[in-house]
Amino acid sequence: MGKPTGFLEFQRLSEAYAPVEERLKHYKEFVATLSDDDASKQGARCMDCGIPFCTNGCPVNNVIPDWNDLVFRGKWKEAIEVLHSTNNFPDFTGRICPAPCEAACTLNINIDAVGIKSIEHAIIDKAWESGWVVPQPPKTKTGKKVAIVGSGPAGLAAAQQLARVGHDVTVFEKSSRLGGLLRYGIPDFKMEKSHIDRRIAQMEAEGVTFRTKVCVGAKPATTGINDDAVEVISAEQLKSDFDAVLLAAGSEVPRDLPVPGRQLEGVHFALEFLVPQNKEVAGDNKNPISAAGKHVIVIGGGDTGSDCVGTSNRHGAASVTQFEVMPEPPKEENRPMTWPYWPIKLRTSSSHEEGCQREFAVSTKEFIGEHGKVKALRTVELEWKDGKPSEVPGSERVLPADLVLFAMGFTNPVASLLESFGVDKDGRGNAKATTDGDGCYATNVTKVFAAGDVRRGQSLVVWAIREGRQAAREVDTFLMGSSALPR
Amino acid sequence: MDLPLEQGLYDPANEHDACGVGFIAHIKGNRTHEIVLQGLEILKNLDHRGAVGADPLQGDGAGILIQIPDTLFREEMAKQGVKLPPVGDYGVGMVFLPKEHASRLACEEEIERAARAEGQVVLGWRDVPTDPTMPMSPTVKAKEPVIRQIFIGRGPDVMVTDALERKLYVIRRRAANAIGSLKLKHSKEFYTPSMSARTINYKGLLLADQVGQYYLDLQDPRCVSALSLVHQRFSTNTFPTWHLAHPFRYIAHNGEINTVRGNYNWMRAREKGTHSPLLGDDLQKLWPLIYPGQSDSASFDNALELLVMGGYSLAHAMMMMIPEAWESHTLMDPKRRAFYEYHAAMMEPWDGPAAVAFTDGRQIGATLDRNGLRPARYLVTDDDCVVMASESGVLPIPDEKIVKKWRLQPGKMFLIDMEQGRIIDDKELKESLAAAKPYQDWLSRINIKLDNCAEPASATAPECAASVLDRQQAFGYTQEDIKFILEPMAKSGEEANGSMGNDSPLAVLSAKNKPIYNYFRQLFAQVTNPPIDPIREQLVMSLVSFVGPRPNLLGINEINPPYRLEVTQPVLTFADMAKLREIARYTENKFRSAELDICYPLAWGKEGVEACLASLCAEAENAVLNGSNILIVSDRKVDALNVAIPALLATSAVHQHLVTKGLRTRTGLVVETGSARETHHFAVLAGFGAEAVHPYLALETLTELAKGDVETADKYVKHFIKGVGKGLMKVMSKMGISTFMSYTGAQIFEAIGLQKSLIDKYFTGTSSQVEGIGVFEVMEEAIRLHQQAFSADPVLANMLDAGGDYAYRVRGDEHMWTPDAIAKLQHSTRSGKYDTYKEYAKIINDQSKRHMTLRGLFDIKPAGSPVPLEEVEPVTEIVKRFATGAMSLGSISTEAHTTLAVAMNRIGGRSNTGEGGEDPKRFIPIAKPTMLSEIVGASRIERDLQLQAGDSLRSSIKQVASGRFGVTTEYLVNADQIQIKMAQGAKPGEGGQLPGHKVSEYIGFLRHSVPGVGLISPPPHHDIYSIEDLAQLIHDLKNTNPAADISVKLVSEVGVGTVAAGVAKAKADHVVIAGHDGGTGASPLSSIKYAGSPWELGLAETQQTLVLNRLRSRIRVQVDGQIKTGRDVVIGALLGADEFGFATAPLVVEGCIMMRKCHLNTCPVGVATQDPTLRKRFSGQPEYVVNYFFFVAEEVRELMAQLGVRKFEDLIGRADLLDMHTGIEHWKARGLDYSRIFHLPNVPADVPRIHTETQDHNLGKALDNQLIELAKPALERGEKVSFVVPVRNINRTVGAMLSGKFAAKYGHAGLPDDTVHIKLNGTAGQSFGAFLSRGLTLELVGEGNDYVGKGLSGGRIVVRPAPGFKCDTPSNIIIGNTVLYGATEGEAYFAGVGGERFAVRNSGATTVVEGVGDHGCEYMTGGTVVVLGMTGRNFAAGMSGGVAYVFDEDGTFESRCNMAQVALEPVEEEFAARQGSESGDELEAHGRVDVRHLGMADEALLKMLVERHATYTGSERAKSILADWAASRRKFVKVMPHEYRRALAEMAAQKQKELEAA
Repeated sequence: MGKPTGFLEFQRLSEAYAPVEERLKHYKEFVATLSDDDASKQGARCMDCGIPFCTNGCPVNNVIPDWNDLVFRGKWKEAIEVLHSTNNFPDFTGRICPAPCEAACTLNINIDAVGIKSIEHAIIDKAWESGWVVPQPPKTKTGKKVAIVGSGPAGLAAAQQLARVGHDVTVFEKSSRLGGLLRYGIPDFKMEKSHIDRRIAQMEAEGVTFRTKVCVGAKPATTGINDDAVEVISAEQLKSDFDAVLLAAGSEVPRDLPVPGRQLEGVHFALEFLVPQNKEVAGDNKNPISAAGKHVIVIGGGDTGSDCVGTSNRHGAASVTQFEVMPEPPKEENRPMTWPYWPIKLRTSSSHEEGCQREFAVSTKEFIGEHGKVKALRTVELEWKDGKPSEVPGSERVLPADLVLFAMGFTNPVASLLESFGVDKDGRGNAKATTDGDGCYATNVTKVFAAGDVRRGQSLVVWAIREGRQAAREVDTFLMGSSALPR
Repeated sequence: MDLPLEQGLYDPANEHDACGVGFIAHIKGNRTHEIVLQGLEILKNLDHRGAVGADPLQGDGAGILIQIPDTLFREEMAKQGVKLPPVGDYGVGMVFLPKEHASRLACEEEIERAARAEGQVVLGWRDVPTDPTMPMSPTVKAKEPVIRQIFIGRGPDVMVTDALERKLYVIRRRAANAIGSLKLKHSKEFYTPSMSARTINYKGLLLADQVGQYYLDLQDPRCVSALSLVHQRFSTNTFPTWHLAHPFRYIAHNGEINTVRGNYNWMRAREKGTHSPLLGDDLQKLWPLIYPGQSDSASFDNALELLVMGGYSLAHAMMMMIPEAWESHTLMDPKRRAFYEYHAAMMEPWDGPAAVAFTDGRQIGATLDRNGLRPARYLVTDDDCVVMASESGVLPIPDEKIVKKWRLQPGKMFLIDMEQGRIIDDKELKESLAAAKPYQDWLSRINIKLDNCAEPASATAPECAASVLDRQQAFGYTQEDIKFILEPMAKSGEEANGSMGNDSPLAVLSAKNKPIYNYFRQLFAQVTNPPIDPIREQLVMSLVSFVGPRPNLLGINEINPPYRLEVTQPVLTFADMAKLREIARYTENKFRSAELDICYPLAWGKEGVEACLASLCAEAENAVLNGSNILIVSDRKVDALNVAIPALLATSAVHQHLVTKGLRTRTGLVVETGSARETHHFAVLAGFGAEAVHPYLALETLTELAKGDVETADKYVKHFIKGVGKGLMKVMSKMGISTFMSYTGAQIFEAIGLQKSLIDKYFTGTSSQVEGIGVFEVMEEAIRLHQQAFSADPVLANMLDAGGDYAYRVRGDEHMWTPDAIAKLQHSTRSGKYDTYKEYAKIINDQSKRHMTLRGLFDIKPAGSPVPLEEVEPVTEIVKRFATGAMSLGSISTEAHTTLAVAMNRIGGRSNTGEGGEDPKRFIPIAKPTMLSEIVGASRIERDLQLQAGDSLRSSIKQVASGRFGVTTEYLVNADQIQIKMAQGAKPGEGGQLPGHKVSEYIGFLRHSVPGVGLISPPPHHDIYSIEDLAQLIHDLKNTNPAADISVKLVSEVGVGTVAAGVAKAKADHVVIAGHDGGTGASPLSSIKYAGSPWELGLAETQQTLVLNRLRSRIRVQVDGQIKTGRDVVIGALLGADEFGFATAPLVVEGCIMMRKCHLNTCPVGVATQDPTLRKRFSGQPEYVVNYFFFVAEEVRELMAQLGVRKFEDLIGRADLLDMHTGIEHWKARGLDYSRIFHLPNVPADVPRIHTETQDHNLGKALDNQLIELAKPALERGEKVSFVVPVRNINRTVGAMLSGKFAAKYGHAGLPDDTVHIKLNGTAGQSFGAFLSRGLTLELVGEGNDYVGKGLSGGRIVVRPAPGFKCDTPSNIIIGNTVLYGATEGEAYFAGVGGERFAVRNSGATTVVEGVGDHGCEYMTGGTVVVLGMTGRNFAAGMSGGVAYVFDEDGTFESRCNMAQVALEPVEEEFAARQGSESGDELEAHGRVDVRHLGMADEALLKMLVERHATYTGSERAKSILADWAASRRKFVKVMPHEYRRALAEMAAQKQKELEAA
């Protein structure tokens, strides 16, 4: 177990970022992986707690103390084995996870948490470099066929798990490339897409079949932002062709802001901006929306908002302003009352560092246009009391805006998919299924399962992986009567 | 005269006894009535060593054994017309008979029939006259038997008295067996106290002073004897049993045989293998030798009798049964060693603390156990009388008449042969026995040592069909087994430590598959016998094991003794195993091994196990009958298709089968198993019969860990074996067992979660109180592991299961403390939100899905209809029942410790000092708002605390533990409750160690020790080796502070209820029952996991036993151990607790997050660390702790309201309101049965079930009342006083009450030296001068007993012989054992020799003595000891501080000194050289670093002390040493602990630095 006094000897070391002016020039990742030596020291800071709160804070329950210790001792190969035992894609989470584990880290009670994410990042990078990430095809095949709808992190995790126990897995994706929001939502400067590509290759070698540009169910009335489908397979067809179906199609319907001027040109959902950008970076067509020289307003203070900020800056926006409807959170949380849970606090992302004005407790009343194009917006300040906002009289302002991006989250999955299968929805419009006990992840429709955002609503990649893995076990149990897959 | 039936959790098998023993004998064999009267007098003066029960007229039994008073019987029988034959031609049987007429006649008829059948003559019967008017307790009277004597004359075939004795023996056994088989209801009342031609035994359930009154024979002047052997019993229970009184036929015993279960089994096992040339065919009539359910002493007597009847002399037999510690005794005469080694294979030691007095009517003697754990003092008079007793002063014998005063020494024997008319001392006795036969020659010929056999070529691991990983998984290995068990052992040779107790489920409740080992819990010694320190007292420990057949026990005429195979320790390597397999080759077929394969086809399923076990047993029996004498139980053939029966189950089944068949001693039993990997596994295997274990898979795993490096692998294996050996010694020693031989088969375990039918069949005689899984489920669990191992489970493909036992793992076993539980508890208490607390409580309480604890599966039934919450007792009242656990300042930080104290004082609860003293500054109440740092000093605080007016930092519970750290008189008088810690939940039966680097300036100050010097808490309290010792300590503490309640802390295990009953009889006011799972601080992992039982069991047993004994009313009961919520409190109350202790939960409230790193000093939240940087991070506040206890109490109230109970008191003992959850689905938990826990004792309604009265401590009778009166001028005005009073051995604890008064008034500083000078004439009772305060001098003219100067706190004690005593003081004993135990300050001068463990754990007193017994200066941490004569062995064991000067006249001292921690140095001539010079004592002048003890030159200090000794005691020895000082000085050896030297050097360097800086 680690170094008993490591946490007293070594400081937390964050991964280094390339300078802002440099990184704004491209869409590549700019985070430097820890050196072996640094990673070892960071691993030594782990105290191997009697109760590793981090493991509990981590949705996939990574056995963090174990691989921290292995990295401390330079046992990288063992470290990746342990890491892979709970997480199919540490290459994704090591880059883009907000790391709830670190919030739960025991050191976070009174000093700086162990840099868990940076260590994870180092482990998986080292593993790929060293050729330790190899396909693990099943020894025997079961002859059972499983269809997975959606190739986002939930679908991929489930596919990999199921393929490794010998099922014939086919993944259906409506876009031309695989990865779902991983590929199309997240900019390359956060995660380069080659990481997805080599995982796809690994999975293909493990026996997974991928079918792109296929829409499952029925074409939705309003087409999604990113729909390249050229073929539609009906729910009935899928059910009859496969022994089990897992819906992992995500939660794609974005939250709108129906205020006057919404119809103006230059007012977009974030993904209308980000998806084409990702396609452009991948070598497809140029992004029709450009932020170059524009005053950009991003409405919504979350991660997608940050991605819009970062992309706008790379376009060369004249200014970037981000609105958040909630009041500005404290810079430092009240740790005795929040630890080990995820605290509300002011988080400044790398995109914010690249240049962004942030406004809090602000609400947009109207978009003001000129020639059908947005030119400005009218805002009002909010005062929050007992969780309820009220407008501050006389606080209205008009801000110039040439490009407005809505990054206020997603409300629910595309309804047509669930309806075509006849899957019950919960109150929020998600596929209804539980996560614990008998029959979890199963929908009301026999042999149809649901996992990831399609079931739980919008969330983190790491939650998607968790659900994909857990659902795979349920599917396997459904098919075989029992399952050796871990939850 | 039977005990109450087994009911609920009470089991009569748990009875213990201990006591006072004594004898008087005339060396030349002159028979007088005087001797009988003196025997009775001794008995009366030992009265305080016995106990009385709920009724003061009900004692535990007493008796006297004398020679047959021929004249008395002859004349009395003549009146009936019976003419007795000459002396020696008839025997007398003393018989207890049923009152019921017909049954009595039946018994008498059987005896007569047996006598006739054996060809002897029944001469007649005599009613034994008793005094019907003597007041007797009704319960005793009810059980009073009809007492008659039968006179049996020799038949024509019997020529000599010895032969008649043998016949009488056979008659008695035959009659007893015959009467037993009649199975009459009343036949249990039949008992024969004695039947002999030489001795007769008058005993009964009588008080000590009643024996002579009850039996009229004893008053008769014709009743003459040359010996009286007497005994007064202190049983832990109070049930009237006439026959368990001592003496038995041959012995009277003070102590406890810890191994009796094993000894009993081995005696049974021998039945077929034993042949006696003397008893011949009669032998068969004697079996069964020992009846089940007898006391340990009775069983011992049975075995001794067999040996004596089989032809061994009494002394020889005693040496076989209680051998000296010969194994590692380098100084022992080789012949004597050979004697012991030869006999070791014949009989395992009857191990335990024992002073046994024995007689056959011609010889009388006594012997002491190998560790000297019981006191026995004797004196010889000039008119040929010898008086021996548990203490000195039992007979008023003028000093002028005494020619020798001495004591029995560990392992020594002393014998008076009245026919030869002389005393035979230990040396002569043993030399002659050792020389009687060529034991050495025999041994060199027949004793084959496995180590010495050449290694066969094929000594590598045999090939296995399955991979290491698969096999590891099949045997249930987890990653934690590697990380926490094997790796640390491989690397350091020691078992790893852990901390914060155990909060994972019992095996039977766990959703994980557990090895069967986990269902067994180690038993440990508490109160009735002491654990041993296997490290510091290693000289008594032995791991030697004999594998293979045992020689004929009664083979006294052996000329060609059979071969035996010895291993030095029981863990066998691959090479050892290869040798065993080919043993026939090494021994010319003298040994033949046979393998028993315990694997069977997986396809047979769990149902196959029963039949497989049956055929295994049959196979084993066959193999033995066919001449195999080493059986190897092996699971090596395990593979994907063949599953192994758990090796423990198979081993025990085979062992029990062979025992039952009487074949067990004809073979050795070796286990070859992949499952054994940690100490506990080896211990359980040995405990259930394995003589050696080959853990092949653990060894393979170690080899893998070494990654192919052969050298490393070798080292790992060696370390592992060493670690297991150490661990085994620890497990044995915690039960007080010192030899592996007697541990083997001793079954020192209780089972939790195993079905009784499984236990009865395969683990016969083991306790299992809550039922659980049966044999098929045991197999099912093994099969599940096996299937997982060979399954396609991807998680297990390349790695082991996570485990999660020692640290929380999401995929591991459950833990009570989950991340959410901790978070919710901390958030709720910090914010004061009760709702959040309820979320926490729900996580803990709701065990419907996660089965964790026994109580988790309880349901609570309402007592009536619900009552409004307002009507329920308020929170403020309930919290008064709460206490925090004993966590010392040392185990937790000053900040954490004081926060708890402040919080508990705010709510009116109690905090506990723990074992580490307390700063006197904390005793003063806070009058105005103050910072903590202002009180204890800023340098001693890292995070300050605001205190309010009315706060108090004083811990109202002061703990007294075995280390006695900081236990001063001042400390004791500042207590509301004084808690004697007999054991702690985390590691019952073990001591502790605070390494030197953790002993800060403050901790050193609090513990009266030197900073930087390591501190050891011994496993036992060295003044508590048995129940009467505990009574004595309670008495001592009560005297010192009569206002405080005395509490005794016990740990739950089977039988704890009986111990608690004993504790109540020992006059404790309060008893704590701690669960096995508690504990902060460092503790070996196996102790955390496997020792003790859940408090639900211990508490329920305690309540039941106390109520059954009518003792519950006298004592308050507290329960602790992982109590976390209001529900826990309510359940505790329903099971019988008045009060509740909390430790872990308040720590969590203070910020603890269950790091389990207490032992590493790296607690990141400043709770359990002494690191100043980390202590700054402490964030706890008293308010949080207050919130917590109020929340718990509020939850209690809500539950009470639901249950319809308004007063908390009405909950206590209402176990009838508890029920077991219905519909438990879990396949293992389903088999549990709680009915014994919920049992209500069957007693009349008026017997109190709660605490209602106070104990009568008899303080009014204390001599101190008189002393206090006489010392008034000093106490009140500080005036000097001196006076003279007489003293007797019944005056115990003289000076303690007086000292308490002084300490309360004047604090630890006391008064000027000698303000009060008291001279006492006579023999003082135990604990003379205990806790004597500064300014008081006790001058004892005469002699002292045990515990003189216990806890000396600044006073002065002088003990010198009476002027009439003419003997040489360095060769006569003047004080008893364990003198100056835990002394912190003061002086003591003893003109004579002290007993064992002189100055044990002394931390500051200065003393001079003229000789000491074994283990002198043990665990000493400070102070000065001068020994002007011989020392015993193991001097300075565990000594880390202070200095001893030993006058080593013959230069042999080094051989008796334990050199592990000390260096021996000459006393240099410094004083003379520098006397008079200006630089005087300043060593800097010599250019050396000053490492001087007390800042003085050795010579100056030593000479001063010898001079004082001469002045105070008039010692001739001191005077003669001083007369030629220059020569004498050179003979002194200075004993200097390494650590102490280092600490002194550091302090000197520090001082030097400060000087230079200034």
